[in-house]
Amino acid sequence: MNRLLAFATAALLLGLFALDAFAIDPLPFKDRSEEVRFQNLTKQLRCLVCQNQDLADSDAPLAGDLRKQVFEMMRAGKSDAQIKEYLVARYNDFVLYDPPLKPGTWLLWFTPLALVLIGAFAVVRIVRARGRLAVAAHAGVKDNVNSGDDDW
Amino acid sequence: MNRLIPLFVFFALVGLLGFGIYWNKHHEMSEVPSPLIGKAAPDFTLPLLYEPEKTISGKQLLGAPYLLNVFGSWCPTCQYEHPILTQQIKPLGIKLIGLDWKDEPDDAKRWIAQFGNPYDALITDRDGRAGIDFGVYMAPETFLVDAKGVVRYKRIGMFTEENIRDELLPKIAQMQREASR
Repeated sequence: MNRLLAFATAALLLGLFALDAFAIDPLPFKDRSEEVRFQNLTKQLRCLVCQNQDLADSDAPLAGDLRKQVFEMMRAGKSDAQIKEYLVARYNDFVLYDPPLKPGTWLLWFTPLALVLIGAFAVVRIVRARGRLAVAAHAGVKDNVNSGDDDW
Repeated sequence: MNRLIPLFVFFALVGLLGFGIYWNKHHEMSEVPSPLIGKAAPDFTLPLLYEPEKTISGKQLLGAPYLLNVFGSWCPTCQYEHPILTQQIKPLGIKLIGLDWKDEPDDAKRWIAQFGNPYDALITDRDGRAGIDFGVYMAPETFLVDAKGVVRYKRIGMFTEENIRDELLPKIAQMQREASR
């Protein structure tokens, strides 16, 4: 029984490793720096099929094709910017995880800043208003004390 | 007046969230609008499915509008779309080109034999290169290209009665108006 269990576990683990190896198609990098550049670039690109994954991670068939395309363009001497431009021309800004700053994305970029400013403004106003109230209340207490004195 | 501000903020939030619900119900979230609309369709030269020694290129298709339907025998939604292509798209009289995308030609032939051939021409893009140039990321996808070779419309996912009526037909009518001018 134990043996069977151990065998099953080993088979399962082997299967998992096999899946893992299957997911990433090996590309013939010529050195470490090329591989690092490739990894870095594909991490900035979105897989169109499973849209919450980057190109580096995804094992959708299209992602494999696009990785190959990126690799070939790198080999052809294209810069990272040129490769991104190539993909944006076909798949829209959506392929970039980091959306570029342009009029169409102002809302995306500046809304959080605007919200923080509005919040800060509200906090300042509330604190000031409370400060005035506290002073007024304090003055009121003094007045009472004074008027108490006056009663004497 | 100041007392009402939280109420206004509340209603503004309700409005925003309500809009979010409306938007997501009426839009497929995963649809990425094509940057090719209004631009020249990428050029391609691809072999015919049934006569692989012959090819069709984008340049050859200039002069008349056409629909480029991206499909694959591996694609379940394409099976659902197939009768709609036959019954509703084919009668429109626009040349319908089938692009067999990332598929084995033998599988595609079997698929066509099983379901029928609504296409005026069938071309194959086995390694998916032409698909990448067109910005294809799923199947089915369909491009409407006008006589000058400009992409006028892209349908991501299958055609349905609604989107043929609301999206495709108006685009075709607009193209015909421009052509007759």
